[in-house]
Amino acid sequence: MLRKGIALAVFGLALVGTPALAATTSEEPKDIHWSFEGPFGKFDAEQLQRGYKVYREVCSACHSMDLMYFRNLGQKGGPFYDPKYPNPIQNPYVKSLAADIKVKDIDSETGDDIQRPATPADKFPAPFPNEASAAASNGGKAPPDLSVMAKAREGGPAYIYSILTGFVPPPRGLNVMAGRYYNPYYPGDVSSFWTGPKDQVPKGGFIAMPPPLAPNKVTFDDGTPSTVANEARDVAAFLAWAAEPKMEERKEFGLGAMIYLLIFTGLLYASYRRIWRDVSH
Amino acid sequence: MSGHSTYEPKTGFERWLDMRLPIIRLAYDSAITFPTPKNLNYWWTFGGILALCLGIQIVTGIVLAMHYVPHVDYAFNSVERIMRDVNYGWLIRYMHASGASMFFLAVYVHIFRGLYYGSYKAPREVLWILGCIIYLLMMATAFMGYVLPWGQMSFHGAVVITNLLGAFPLVGNAITTWLWGGFAVDDPTLNRFFSLHYLLPFVIAGVVALHIWALHVPGNNNPTGVNVKSKADTVPFHPYYTVKDSFAIALFLILFAFFVFWFPNALLAPDNSVRANPLVTPQHIVPEWYFLPFYAMLRSVPNKLGGVITMFGAIALLFVLPWIDTSKVRSMRYRPTMRLYFFIFIAVCLVLGWCGAHEPADAVIPNVTTFTLGDYDLNSMVWLSRVATLYYLAYFLIITPVMGLTETPLPIPESISEPVLSHPASGPVAAAAATKKG
Repeated sequence: MLRKGIALAVFGLALVGTPALAATTSEEPKDIHWSFEGPFGKFDAEQLQRGYKVYREVCSACHSMDLMYFRNLGQKGGPFYDPKYPNPIQNPYVKSLAADIKVKDIDSETGDDIQRPATPADKFPAPFPNEASAAASNGGKAPPDLSVMAKAREGGPAYIYSILTGFVPPPRGLNVMAGRYYNPYYPGDVSSFWTGPKDQVPKGGFIAMPPPLAPNKVTFDDGTPSTVANEARDVAAFLAWAAEPKMEERKEFGLGAMIYLLIFTGLLYASYRRIWRDVSH
Repeated sequence: MSGHSTYEPKTGFERWLDMRLPIIRLAYDSAITFPTPKNLNYWWTFGGILALCLGIQIVTGIVLAMHYVPHVDYAFNSVERIMRDVNYGWLIRYMHASGASMFFLAVYVHIFRGLYYGSYKAPREVLWILGCIIYLLMMATAFMGYVLPWGQMSFHGAVVITNLLGAFPLVGNAITTWLWGGFAVDDPTLNRFFSLHYLLPFVIAGVVALHIWALHVPGNNNPTGVNVKSKADTVPFHPYYTVKDSFAIALFLILFAFFVFWFPNALLAPDNSVRANPLVTPQHIVPEWYFLPFYAMLRSVPNKLGGVITMFGAIALLFVLPWIDTSKVRSMRYRPTMRLYFFIFIAVCLVLGWCGAHEPADAVIPNVTTFTLGDYDLNSMVWLSRVATLYYLAYFLIITPVMGLTETPLPIPESISEPVLSHPASGPVAAAAATKKG
C-alpha cells in the first residue's frame, strides 16, 4: 500500500516536474546559494561592493541600468550604506563613486551640451545614446538594461551566474555564426545549426555577448581572488540587489507582521472557542 | 429571515437619526442581531474574507494610482519607482499584486462552496447570479490591471485577449478597434484600461452590496441545506460569526502575508519585468493562474470563434445553473453519487488549469509519443484539455439535470438543530453527516 502510494506520488511529481520537449531548450541554472535566500536572507554588503565594481568596470561598457541612481548605492541596504549618512546624497564615498563617472548635462548659462562629474542624485549613465546605436555597436542586438534583470529571467541571479560562467566551446557538430557564442544556459533552439544526430541536439542557444569575464579582469579591493566564478557570483548578487533594493526591508517587515498575525490569530481562536463554548453545533 | 427589528436607540441622537435615516438600525439588524444558522462551517467564512480582499485591493489601488503614470513611455518606470522610491511602495504594490491572486483563490473557494451546498437553489437564485456578475467583473478588472505595469506579458496578454473578441463575425473587428482606441494595443488602450480598472472595483462594491442584500432576504444557506425552522437553529451574527469570521480572516492573512513578504514574485511572470516591446513576442504567453482553466478551454477548440464561445459559455452556464439543477436536495452531503461527480469536477478544473499553463502540444506523460489524433498527438495537453472541457460542460448540461432526477438522496434531517431525533430510522447516517464538518 505504502509502496504503491510512493510510486503514485513519484509518478505525480514526474508529471508536474518535467516540462515536455519544446523547441526552445536550455540547461537548468546552476544550483548556487545566496546570502539573501529565504525569509531571513540578507544581502552581503561586501559582495554587493565587489559586484558593483564588476558592473562598473565590465558590464557598464555595454549594459545600461536605467532605473539606478548613484544615491541608491548609499541607501539603507545598499552596498555603500553608512549609518553616519542616513541621507545617501551626503555619503562622501557615494559622492566620490559618482564623481568618477561623467554624465551629460547642459550648461545652464549657454544651453550647450556639456559633460560633468555625476552626483549621487544622477542616474547611472547609459553607454549608448539610444537603442539603435546600442544595437549597431553590438552585432545588431542592443544589450538589455540590467536594472531588473535578476527578476526578468527564470532563475534570477542563478541564471545570470550560469550565463556568465556557462560559456563553453561548442560541441563538435554545432556550427556557430560569427559574432554569436554558444551558451548552454541561454534559452534557444540550435537544431538548425546542428549536424550531429537529430535526437542529441545540444541544449542552449547562441548569445550575442562574448564571454565578458576573465580571471583578474577586476581587482577586488578586499583581496577576494578574482576568478570568473567570483566575479560572476558577485555581479549576480549586485544585480539581485539592484532589481529589488527593498528586499531586506520587506523580509524584516514581514517577520514582524507574521509574528503579529500569529499572536492575533491565536487570540481570535481563543475568543472563538470561548464565545462558542455553550452552543452545540 | 429579515424578521422584526430589535434595535432600540439608546441616545437622543440615535433616536433623532432613527426617525430620519434608520441607518444604525440597518447596520444593527444586518450585522449584529441577524439570525444565522449555527452550523455554518469554515467554508462559510470566505464571504467575509472576500469583503476584506475587495477592501485591500481598493485601498492599495487608490494609493498606487497616486504614483502610477498611465502612458506607454512611463508606466513601466512608474511602477518601478513605486517599488524603489515611494515609502512602503513595495508593500503597497506587492499587496495589490498578490492580493489579486488571494482574491481569486478566495472567490473560487466561495463558488465551489456554493456549488457543493446548493446555495444557488431557490430562493437564492438572484443572490447566486449577483455573485456570478461579481466574478465576471473581477475577471475584467484583473485582466485590465495586469496590463497596467506594461511589461512584456501585460502587453502581449492584452493583445491575445483583446484579439479574441475579433473572432465574432461581422462586429468582431469593430469591437477590437473600439476597445483598443486604434488599430493596435497602444497608449489609448492603456489609458482606457487604467480608467476602467479604477472604475470597476467600485461597481463590484455596488454589486457586493446587492449580493449582501440578497443574502439577507432568505438568510444563509447552511451545510445541511435545510431551511431554518426555529430560533434554536440560529445564533445572532454578532458575536458568534464576527469572531469566527475574524479568526478565519486572520488565518487567511497569514497566507497572504507569506506571499507578500517572502514570495511576492512567485505569482508574477518574469517576463513582466521586461518592458513591453511590441516587436518581441515572449516565448510563451500565459495568463495569470486564475485564468488558466479558461485559457485551456479556449485553446482546446480548433476554431477560434468556437473556442471563444466555449470559454464564455463555461461562465454563462453558471448563471443558469439554478434552473439546470433538477435536484430538490440542496446539500451534496445527502447526494453521495452527485458528490463524487462534484469532486471529479473540481479535479477537472485543476487539470484544466494545469493544461492552460503548458503549450498545447506538450506531452502529458513526458517523452511518450502515441499516435496523432486529428491535429495533435493523443498524449498532448490539448487532448487532455478537450476531455476535461467536455467533462466541465457535461457536468452542467448532463450530469446535474440527470442526477437530480435519477439519484436516491440520503434522508435529510428534519431541522438544523435536531437531525437525529426526527429520523430515528436513519439516525446514524444523518448524525454522521451532520457532525462531519467540512
